[in-house]
Amino acid sequence: MIRKFVLLSFTLGSSLVFLVQLLSLQIFNSSYNELSLNNAVEKRPVYPTRGLIYDRNGILLVANQPVYDLMVIPENTAPFDTLELISFLDIKKTDLLDRLKDARRFSSKRPSVISRQISKEKQALFQEKIWKYTGFYFQKKTIRDYNLPIASNILGYTSEINPSELKTKNDYDLGEMIGRQGIEKTYESKLRGKKGLQFFQKDRFNRIIGSFEQGTYDTRPEVAENITLTIDAKLQTYGASLMQNKRGGIVAIEPATGEVLALVTAPSYNPNQLLGSARSKNFRTLLNDSLAKPLFDRALQAEYSPGSPFKTLNALIALQENVITPQTVFTCNHGHYYAKGAFMKCHCPMGTTNNLLSGIYNSCNSYFAKTYVNLIGKDSTAAIGIDRWKTHLESFGLGDYLGYDLPIGKKGFIPGSSYYNRWYPKGSWGPTTVISNAIGQGEVLTTPIQMANFTAAIANRGYYIRPHFTKQNDQDLTDSLYSKNYTLIEAKHFETVIEGMHQVVEKGTAKVAKIAGIEVCGKTGTAENFIRLNGEKTQLTDHSIFVAFAPRENPKIALAVFVENGYWGGRWAAPIASLMIEKYLNGRVKRTWLENRMLNGSLMSEYMKPLSGEPFEINE
Amino acid sequence: MNNNLFYRLDWLSVLIYICLVSFGLLNIYSTTYDETAFILWDVSTAATKQLWIFIGCLIVFPFVLYIKSNFFEHLSYIFYALSILSLIGLFIFGQTISGATSWYNIGGFGLQPAEFAKITTALVIADFLSGIQTDIRKKNHLFKALMLILLPVFLIILQPDAGSALVFSGLFFVFIREGLDLRWLFLAVGLVLIFIATLLLKPLLVCISIALIVLIIYHTGKKANSKLSPYLISLGACVLFSFSVDFIFNSVFEQHHRDRFNIILGLETDTKGIGYNINQSKIAIGSGGFSGKGYLNGTQTKGDFVPAQHTDYIFSTIGEEWGFVGSSLLITLFTLLIFRIVYRAEKQTSAFRRMYSYAIASMLFIHFFVNIGMTLGLVPTVGIPLPFISYGGSSLIAFSLMLFIYLNFDSQRLL
Repeated sequence: MIRKFVLLSFTLGSSLVFLVQLLSLQIFNSSYNELSLNNAVEKRPVYPTRGLIYDRNGILLVANQPVYDLMVIPENTAPFDTLELISFLDIKKTDLLDRLKDARRFSSKRPSVISRQISKEKQALFQEKIWKYTGFYFQKKTIRDYNLPIASNILGYTSEINPSELKTKNDYDLGEMIGRQGIEKTYESKLRGKKGLQFFQKDRFNRIIGSFEQGTYDTRPEVAENITLTIDAKLQTYGASLMQNKRGGIVAIEPATGEVLALVTAPSYNPNQLLGSARSKNFRTLLNDSLAKPLFDRALQAEYSPGSPFKTLNALIALQENVITPQTVFTCNHGHYYAKGAFMKCHCPMGTTNNLLSGIYNSCNSYFAKTYVNLIGKDSTAAIGIDRWKTHLESFGLGDYLGYDLPIGKKGFIPGSSYYNRWYPKGSWGPTTVISNAIGQGEVLTTPIQMANFTAAIANRGYYIRPHFTKQNDQDLTDSLYSKNYTLIEAKHFETVIEGMHQVVEKGTAKVAKIAGIEVCGKTGTAENFIRLNGEKTQLTDHSIFVAFAPRENPKIALAVFVENGYWGGRWAAPIASLMIEKYLNGRVKRTWLENRMLNGSLMSEYMKPLSGEPFEINE
Repeated sequence: MNNNLFYRLDWLSVLIYICLVSFGLLNIYSTTYDETAFILWDVSTAATKQLWIFIGCLIVFPFVLYIKSNFFEHLSYIFYALSILSLIGLFIFGQTISGATSWYNIGGFGLQPAEFAKITTALVIADFLSGIQTDIRKKNHLFKALMLILLPVFLIILQPDAGSALVFSGLFFVFIREGLDLRWLFLAVGLVLIFIATLLLKPLLVCISIALIVLIIYHTGKKANSKLSPYLISLGACVLFSFSVDFIFNSVFEQHHRDRFNIILGLETDTKGIGYNINQSKIAIGSGGFSGKGYLNGTQTKGDFVPAQHTDYIFSTIGEEWGFVGSSLLITLFTLLIFRIVYRAEKQTSAFRRMYSYAIASMLFIHFFVNIGMTLGLVPTVGIPLPFISYGGSSLIAFSLMLFIYLNFDSQRLL
């Protein structure tokens, strides 16, 4: 009888439909599991504290310090003393109300930030009152703590990652700190360590209600690595103080290792400026200073004409190419005519006869101009000559990035035949066309670190090690990364040039750089430079340049000093280099008169000249 | 006789009952679990309260087994009258919880008379239909039976508690069993199909399809003297019904009624508002997978994502924590219980006892179908508990009593 089975078939039918639906939800559809995890599990990163940064002698340069974000959970708030809070936060009442409104719009049950990175000192003052502000609390965070006000150009800085970067860097979280510039950027992965993860069970209001599965899936953060710089904090500090009220850079390298001992750019800024709540305001101020350009690292990024120090390289190349010998003699009559109607000036008196040695220590333009013409004109065409010359220079690390471990730099420029063919089509150029290169003017451009590096190559008698800023723990890595880069110049040619550089200090253009008990080798430079002022090419006071290394045997330091508009090399750059050498090798400076002159000397009036809008004298 | 009761008792049903309630208790504990210590005598938590009610049922209701079934038969109208009075009394003494006046508050314990009205109505219908002169096929008898059902239904709808009222529709199965014209069944099924089809499609489209079906039936089943008029009349009725469903749905129903249907039929997706419950319930069940996340380990359950999870949506906890294995086992248990009661009812020697057993099997089915169907997202949201499983004192007491009366009747089958 069919009637008896109506209820039974309805029951059976429903059960089967339920089982099919269960199968489809639980077995054949895998998306629900993920939906439920999104729903109910919160992943919270646990950050290791950022790695510390030490100088070469173990002086702590960069540590971490706590700051506090003032958080609010809108749902929990009660009426509070608005005036007291806005005076503490130092914001307008409307700002506070806007932030509270935003927080409520985000979620009334989850925390939002009301004010970021409140200093420990400020937070301590308010901590005792926070109980009156229900719904508000302080959340601890760590930011950098700079022990010394130096080396901001090397260290870089950190700031919170911004939302657009998050799209490409997907292992970062919003609000996480990321290294910007310098060591902080290059060694981001080491300094950052590896974050851990904690999983929490959420409820339907997204509130945390406990750990997820007793923390089975949690991972611990990996401790970040500390970094030891090659920088000597004392030397860096000293260099910065010598460069105060001047513009330019100092680069000091240990020739045997390629370790950068100091990298000073002036003007610079105190790394503590880019810290905490004032960071963005200060950063904007620094960025907007388009005259002094404190964010521009002159030591790494400024491409200058190398000036006379470049003569040492031309001498080496000429020796290697057998264009001259140390005994080769050229005469100079206050300069010479290198072509019809084209005269190159020199400060040598009339009728001077220079060999290579005196050519270097007197910095004779004629000597090097004539040598250069012979060098470039040696082959059938100037193109071959200049490209060979270029190859030699490239072996000193010029004309390209040096490959050091900081994220910024400039290539400089070494012109080759292709460059001149573009300007002078159909080969209508010859050795005399490019003669300015002989004395480090003309088209050649180098950065201070490139100059320090070729000085180190001379100090090493024929090789350099890629400059670098961190001490490597891994010996194998050190060997492969920082192996010797040999120049194309045979070692035997260096002694003459080095003797010439020694004579520069002993009796030449940089006697001021002489240090009792230390054999200093150096070369001054005085580079003409021009700017465009009201549409006209205007010459400014020459740049003061000096490259040096010391001691002559087993050199411990090689450096390049560049002082913008400092006039001749012996005026600013040579004394500064000399003081740096004395400080580094002797630990203290005896020549206080020279030191005081450098510390107190200011070129600010020089820098104001082109801005004054009035006609001005140069090279006063 | 007392000695024999042990052998006469339907132990399988008792076993299923104990299994279901115990499983329910475990899951109530899980939904309300907050990692604090479990204190047995602290009845402020749902699980312990339900546990003590269960223990009470196990102590008190076995005495029901010793009552003669004549007692229920003779007093069925008295019980029914008391039940109706208690429903009327709600409008005076009732307590309103979330908009429905469905409870008496007796010393902090909420008693829901509608739950007991199910038993008394089952008894009175069984009594009425088992009368020697009663014939369900007669229109006036059918009408009287319907009145007996519609009186409590009407009072319950006024509370308002449409879900509980819906349960009484299960008694329709008793009518069918007892000889109601099967065309009523086809009509009911047909109307439900047209109703759903009208909501899914345009009424005009539905009408055209019905017309086609009618035409096919007329042609294939054509006999020599068959008239066209009955077909045309039924076609007309279908068209009328389809359009009136469309009209009622769009003009008489309130928006929240429409929403419930629209979400189930997939006409609207809404995971935040009205669809939130169903969506979260499906996520909970779906994420359980084959073997579930493990007892007390349901993340959806812990996070309270499914509202009313210890009452109406408890099946979502079972799906999440016990997976396909646990939920299909539960469905099997329910099916088994209903089959068992029907099987034993068919063997009854008394029409009254058979109809009562049949009535409670039918009402269990409605609960089972609507509750699990809703939790699985197959049936519109209707707030009725899952018998023996969901948290709720009145519900557990009433269903236990309902089952013990069945056990009583069943045990007296051969006496």
